[in-house]
Amino acid sequence: MATEGNVLALPQRLPWYSPSKLKHYFTIVFKDYPVVWLTILFVVLIFPAVTAPWTAPHHPLKQQLSIRLTAPVWSAGTEEKPTSWSNILGTDKQGRDILSRVMHGSRISLMVSLSALAIGGTVGTTLGLVSGYFGGWVDHLIMRIVDVFLALPLILMALVLVAVFGPSFYTAIGVISVLLWSRYTRQIRAEVLSIKQMDFIARAKVAGASNTRIIIKHVFPNITNTLIVLGTLQVGTVILLEATLSFLGAGIPRPNPAWGVMVADGRDHIASAWWIAVMPGIAIMMTVLSMNMMGDWLRDRLDPKLRQV
Amino acid sequence: MTSTAEIYQEPEKKIGEVVLDVRDLRTYLYTKWGITKAVDGLSFQVREGETLGIVGESGCGKSMTALSLLRLAPKPAARTVSGQIFLDGEDILERSESDMRFIRGQKISMILQDPMTSLNPVYTIGNQMNEALGLYYKGEESKSIKRRAVDILRKMGVAAPERRVLDYPHQMSGGMKQRVVGAMAISGTPRVLICDEPTTALDVTIQAQYLRLLKQVQADTGVAIIFITHDMGVVAKMCDRVMVMYAGKIVETGDVRPLFKNPSHPYTKALMASVPSMEESHVDRLYSIEGQPPALFDLPVGCRFANRCEFADDKCFAEYPPTFADEDGHTADCWRLEGQWKRVAEATA
Repeated sequence: MATEGNVLALPQRLPWYSPSKLKHYFTIVFKDYPVVWLTILFVVLIFPAVTAPWTAPHHPLKQQLSIRLTAPVWSAGTEEKPTSWSNILGTDKQGRDILSRVMHGSRISLMVSLSALAIGGTVGTTLGLVSGYFGGWVDHLIMRIVDVFLALPLILMALVLVAVFGPSFYTAIGVISVLLWSRYTRQIRAEVLSIKQMDFIARAKVAGASNTRIIIKHVFPNITNTLIVLGTLQVGTVILLEATLSFLGAGIPRPNPAWGVMVADGRDHIASAWWIAVMPGIAIMMTVLSMNMMGDWLRDRLDPKLRQV
Repeated sequence: MTSTAEIYQEPEKKIGEVVLDVRDLRTYLYTKWGITKAVDGLSFQVREGETLGIVGESGCGKSMTALSLLRLAPKPAARTVSGQIFLDGEDILERSESDMRFIRGQKISMILQDPMTSLNPVYTIGNQMNEALGLYYKGEESKSIKRRAVDILRKMGVAAPERRVLDYPHQMSGGMKQRVVGAMAISGTPRVLICDEPTTALDVTIQAQYLRLLKQVQADTGVAIIFITHDMGVVAKMCDRVMVMYAGKIVETGDVRPLFKNPSHPYTKALMASVPSMEESHVDRLYSIEGQPPALFDLPVGCRFANRCEFADDKCFAEYPPTFADEDGHTADCWRLEGQWKRVAEATA
């Protein structure tokens, strides 16, 4: 009677080009495996950052006005400005090699973002832990300061700070750290509030552990996942922020080859020499994209509920 | 065939000196609705090797009592406003917060209700045991501390403790986790062990095993146990004396058997009647106590149970009853006992 519509029949094998299979392959390459973002990250950020002094074809500041505004090697070029393999990505208006500048720029981006993250992250996390764990007026005070910081217009505040302290590498790090810590505090505080309710915290108290010990040994290890994911996702934002500040002239001072500065320089020539702005722009985009992918991947990996044991 | 029940023998009871002497303990919660009298004038004693059960419905102040004994009532809302807690003759309410850190765990310890969240998920069992033991045995080398951890786990009935110390909490079952939690609680060789519904999250067979383990530990170490529960069956199995709490006050105390046989406070009677019975074959509805306990921030002047009590008269509503006692130390706060039992303490409300 119930034999019609055999539920036990094996599913038919789908051809490789079927939509669900293609989706599956896409997932494997772009989501499950870190291949893509690792490659991008390595090519655009890590390799150049580490080896730029030796592998960059030219000095990033060396000007050569005779070959200024040379197009990238694959474009047609003109009679008086032939493209050359010496300047693969072309040159800017002072005849500096774009590839070399992008490569050296990755060092600045990496340095600024990592230092800012380290400073902002440490301060933010500490305040978040204290705020969430102790609660009461300490919590109120810290959270109100955080509210103020989150309400301030980012760029405006950065410009004011730079105007006060003068643009330099260290000011850029300082400014970005100042803008960054409040997000950490918010997120970490929320995490701590939920961990604080757990019985193992109560048990540690019952066993006679001090508050400092509980925070360091029992609360902190439980928020490291959040911290790692937050950090990775923030690297992208920070690089973007640094580029934005540099673009506005409030970040890394010229003639340092920061990506944001390069985009700003190329703005005047965007119609005639697009590569000046586009090349560092691609570098920024690729870095931020791969960082975000890494963040997503880490989040999935570090969540024990999603991980298969 | 021999069943485990035949093999199992009750460990011998040795009840000694008074370890914990609580006098007129009052812990109030200062909330926006007013002062909530969660623990309102509690006095009791626990002796070495004795198990005292605290019974009562949810929200009657059982857990707040436990936390007050450890001075861990949630600050800043909760404050112990008066009373004395003598632990081995010393009032721990007088001690500083830094002294308390050494009293907790080593003098008075606690097993919490939910084994699932009682262990830190990011450390191995051994790591967490060693942490507490390192605190109790300062200066001892790590090798012997590890050996101690294994020994205590074995004592709490954890099979193959040498291997289990390397496990993370998520690799253990609920019953096993609760044993580990128990092992941690007794690792500081406390004088008093507070068990706040330790078996609520466990299934019945594991529950029985766990209670047996606790009894064994008690027989071995002479620890005094304060057992908080709302399960009358567990009380009967586990405790020597019972204390029934209602709305922040003790309404009846006594040895388990007399109290179960002859509950003297109407609340205790009602509580007993609400336990489903296997023996009687009646098919009536299960008895339940009508009404709600009074809000702890808006308590009546008279007896707190009066509005739900079937025997209540005008006197009950007008004045809180004093404590009456019979010859065996069975006490109850109820006006109906006036004349039958001896008046031992005046009303403290």
